[in-house]
Amino acid sequence: MAKRDYSLLGPNARQAVETGLAAAEWYHTDIPRKQMKELMQRSDQPAIRDTVMLFACMIVFAAIGIALWPSWWSAPFWLAYGVLYGSAMDSRWHECSHGTAFKTRRYNDWLYQIASFCMVRNPVSWRWSHARHHTDTIIVGRDPEIVAMRPPALFRIALNFLGILDAYDGWTRMLFNASGRIHPEEASYIPEQEQPKVIRIARIWVAIYAATIALAFAMGSILPLMVIGLPRLYGAWHHVLTGVMQHAGLADNVTDHRLNSRTVYINPVSRFIYWNMNYHVEHHMFPMVPYHRLPDLHDAIKHDLPAANTSMWQAYREILPVLRRQLAYEDVFLKRDLPPTAKPYREDFHAAALGAAAE
Amino acid sequence: MPWIDACATNDIDEEDLIRFDYEDRTFAIYHSPDGAYFCTDGLCTHEHVHLEDGLVMEYEIECPKHNATFDYRTGEAKRAPACVNLNTYRTKVEGGRVLIEV
Repeated sequence: MAKRDYSLLGPNARQAVETGLAAAEWYHTDIPRKQMKELMQRSDQPAIRDTVMLFACMIVFAAIGIALWPSWWSAPFWLAYGVLYGSAMDSRWHECSHGTAFKTRRYNDWLYQIASFCMVRNPVSWRWSHARHHTDTIIVGRDPEIVAMRPPALFRIALNFLGILDAYDGWTRMLFNASGRIHPEEASYIPEQEQPKVIRIARIWVAIYAATIALAFAMGSILPLMVIGLPRLYGAWHHVLTGVMQHAGLADNVTDHRLNSRTVYINPVSRFIYWNMNYHVEHHMFPMVPYHRLPDLHDAIKHDLPAANTSMWQAYREILPVLRRQLAYEDVFLKRDLPPTAKPYREDFHAAALGAAAE
Repeated sequence: MPWIDACATNDIDEEDLIRFDYEDRTFAIYHSPDGAYFCTDGLCTHEHVHLEDGLVMEYEIECPKHNATFDYRTGEAKRAPACVNLNTYRTKVEGGRVLIEV
């Protein structure tokens, strides 16, 4: 394959549409309708429990951080607060964008607005961007949410462990939108009637940041920014750590999530922060299933999926060598074996994309 | 507009839907919690995804791909990414069969 162009307005985007890769029919594991309906059922209780825990922890950690400020004894509490603000809010943003966290729609919408603000992702723009990510997962030129492009920009990914580029992009886009403009790439996936909402929200956020910065000046301290804004940087590492695992090193331009997504078993604390998105093949195959039922979905379909990675450590031991090889030869990727109980990959369908597996 | 025999009333569980293809068109037929039957176009207005695998919650159908939501009684788009309403069609029940007017 020629050098990849990830622009949503570039030649690969046009090619994906011409070849039928865009908005294609994707592989799904067979699962009885009755069982699927049961897995899709919504409930408020798990997300209310988790949200109360999340905000209670944030309030306690921030309060202790403020009380101990400016002593270094406050640092562990800021780090804990930051992970909840800059990483747990990523998974809350994600689940609520699907509308699957709560049964009650307004609860989804409330948490979605708060999480979007924390992550500096315009809730309107990113809802559409994420819809595209699900339509065209890791299709070059179509998916706006590819983290590890080829060749992988390892330095950029490393900077994002401190949220540096993501937050910079978020804040500059916020100012751009607040000035009354929509970027041409955004315009390619946000319907015209939704675009005024993008601008309105950006202006509200600018007002919140302006008030926070004004308070910081008035106090002569960055303390207000330690609570609002900066945690997007110092707490981002966990969502990048877990997010990179979702698709990195796997196939692109295929229509089978078993080839381009990864499920990883992770520890319970990370699962709380990540809201079970470590079951990522399952989530992409059946995005209607709420986060709290993904372990059950995994049990129901794992016979048809590549074996899950057993830990984050094991996943990264798999990912990093592939990314390193992609620096020299970007067509390399990891094609994982399916168990004997699985339906085989459609080799004929993915022939072009599957030409250069790493092993 | 002709009435078409689409399915038996007991082909659809309560608070669920089935797909019905007729000539070159595809529809979704719903059985609401109060026992009534409704019919809409089968494909989500956001993208070319059939609603047959979606989730019916009371009087709404949620698209299985992007969670766009519609009121299947009126076709009204209730949640992004759907912005365009679904077409709806009249239904009636005769002798244990669901008929749709298309």
